[in-house]
Amino acid sequence: MLRILRQIAKTGMRTEAPPAPADEMAKAARLQADVLRTLGRALAIRQVDAGSCNGCELEIHALGNPYYNIEGMGIRFVASPRHADMLLVTGPVSKHMAIALRRTYDATPEPKLVVAVGDCGCTGGIFGESYATLGRVSSVIPVDAEVPGCPPTPTALLQGILAAITARVAVAGDGESATPPPT
Amino acid sequence: MDFSRLGLSAATLASAVPAVRVPVGSGQLVPACRVAHEQGAHLVALWASDERDRVGGTLVRVALQDASGLAVLEVAVPDLPDARYGDVSAVFPAAARMQRAAFDLVGVASEADDQRPWAWMASWPIDRYPLRRDFEASPKWEPGQEDYEFVRVAGDGVHEIPVGPVHAGIIEPGHFRFQIVGEKVLRLEERLCYTHKGIEKRFESMALADGCRLAGRVSGDSTVAYAWAYSQALEALAGLAVPPRALWLRALALERERIANHLGDLGYLGNDGGFAFGLAQFSRLREEVVRTNLAAFGHRLMMDLVVPGGVARDLDRDHAAAMVDEAKRVAAEVATLRGIYDEHDGLQDRFRTCGRVTPELAARLGLVGMAARASGQARDLRCDFAAAPWDALAVRKAGATGGDVAARVAVRFDELAESLRLVRSIVDHLPEGDVRTPVPDVPPHRLGLGYVEGWRGPVLVALEAGPGGTIRRCHPHDPSWANWPVLEHAVIGNIVPDFPLINKSFNLSYSGQDL
Ligand code: SF4
Repeated sequence: MLRILRQIAKTGMRTEAPPAPADEMAKAARLQADVLRTLGRALAIRQVDAGSCNGCELEIHALGNPYYNIEGMGIRFVASPRHADMLLVTGPVSKHMAIALRRTYDATPEPKLVVAVGDCGCTGGIFGESYATLGRVSSVIPVDAEVPGCPPTPTALLQGILAAITARVAVAGDGESATPPPT
Repeated sequence: MDFSRLGLSAATLASAVPAVRVPVGSGQLVPACRVAHEQGAHLVALWASDERDRVGGTLVRVALQDASGLAVLEVAVPDLPDARYGDVSAVFPAAARMQRAAFDLVGVASEADDQRPWAWMASWPIDRYPLRRDFEASPKWEPGQEDYEFVRVAGDGVHEIPVGPVHAGIIEPGHFRFQIVGEKVLRLEERLCYTHKGIEKRFESMALADGCRLAGRVSGDSTVAYAWAYSQALEALAGLAVPPRALWLRALALERERIANHLGDLGYLGNDGGFAFGLAQFSRLREEVVRTNLAAFGHRLMMDLVVPGGVARDLDRDHAAAMVDEAKRVAAEVATLRGIYDEHDGLQDRFRTCGRVTPELAARLGLVGMAARASGQARDLRCDFAAAPWDALAVRKAGATGGDVAARVAVRFDELAESLRLVRSIVDHLPEGDVRTPVPDVPPHRLGLGYVEGWRGPVLVALEAGPGGTIRRCHPHDPSWANWPVLEHAVIGNIVPDFPLINKSFNLSYSGQDL
């Protein structure tokens, strides 16, 4: 199971209810409920840009705005891999970043989740593989979930993060309920 | 620029702004730079191309700009082991890293003292040059680790703080080496190029028509500026006039990109200054603007909206009206927020005198774009070379002379307000008609230039076609090339905890400079 972290119960930001398209807001609200139900506590994410064009970073930043309010959902971005449950990795992995990415992965305590973000993170995207890039994130570290898109929308990012958590909780749950093999 | 003193002649270049090509002999490069410098020119870009198959050597190009337009100096360097070209950084300091990158990628050396690698970081053999036409990558090359020679400051009580390449926040990767005494920064040295992903080489495997998508991903926060500059270069080569409505829609997209970036950064600047309220407010406004982009153009960042020949999507009446309403509302909210920022003593204490670049320093180092306008360098392509639609819009140039974080914040507020005005004006005067026209074939082996004032500064795209609609060479040039070295100066004498604030006030692109 993932490490127990303090639960963030943050009150709403100082903004009015944003006039958003209803389906987007409903989706975000549903996701928020899902994250809290699935995890029951805060999720710590370390973001690693392994070579992106910075477009994906703009959408990851957007997760913090009052529309998505990711902190209110119990998800926070942390400054060190040692405090992280999940790595959110963008970019085609440039060769110059491969070692730093590997080290960040190694420094993240088990069990850890990796979400590859963007067409570049999922497949190498428009940059592909070359003398300078290794393409997809999974060519360097194991990946649990992929969020395609160029860049993926904040809603898609939330769904991807949730998919990774849900998959992990399901696996861990199975493991715990499984009868130990006869000796 | 007048080079007649040196007996040099200039030929007109296919370009979006007035531009000439000036072939120079190897001994004339630096003198020509000096002549240009005396006439008030600054460096825009320096790049090299492997032309051994055509002229028997490497072509080094130096793009300079003054009030009359662009001049591209071209020097052919023979394919000989000891051949060098003159050190342009002796006149224009910003050339230093460009020269180092040109060596790593094309294998052509300048006469500069600093011959450390820049784009190279041990992931390919040091004697292989990716932008040479006969370069072949080997799958055996592993990501490597270089031993970079940082410059050290000796002295009592001097400490070194290395930061990165992976940073604490959601930021692009790069390495910063601080030398400090107590809390004060004595020196900062940047090591960039961690996101080098072979963009220039990738262009050469693409068709001319497709290159625009890649250009739009050189620096995602400036996708409109890059796609437009690329399209301009291709259209200049094709001698193509784009439908007026398409030009106006491009301008609309460019201003919306400027609005979104300034909104985002003003929020983070408030936050870094200890005022989280600002981040919540500005990030909400930014989100609303990018949602309108999605509704109107099908993409939140407007990627792939600008295409060679026009724009990929027209704007309908409802979304046009929504943009006008939004611009009015956002302008009112931003005016209120500006008042709050201005009256917030804690914030102003952090902003004032912090990260100062004096107008003299800005001129000497060749600062460009929004940051330059905050340091007394009153240049803006939308005003200085006002082709359509800018000629009809009369853009008001922002400017300040303080050169500190406060000045960059003030310029961003002014530009934000102006861009919101421009959105309304563009929608009100949008010409009717087609938004896209087919791009005819372009002749190979000619240089075409695109040059667009993005939110961060001018984006240059230098494009050369190959036969049959291929790209022979494309060099996209980000304003961050010029401004990163200035950031090293801006932090001197400041305290380390102010670095994030100073850095954010410039918000330079890593991907755009790393390529
Ligand atoms: S997926 Fe798109 S936005 Fe993200 S890094 Fe790749 S090109 Fe940039």
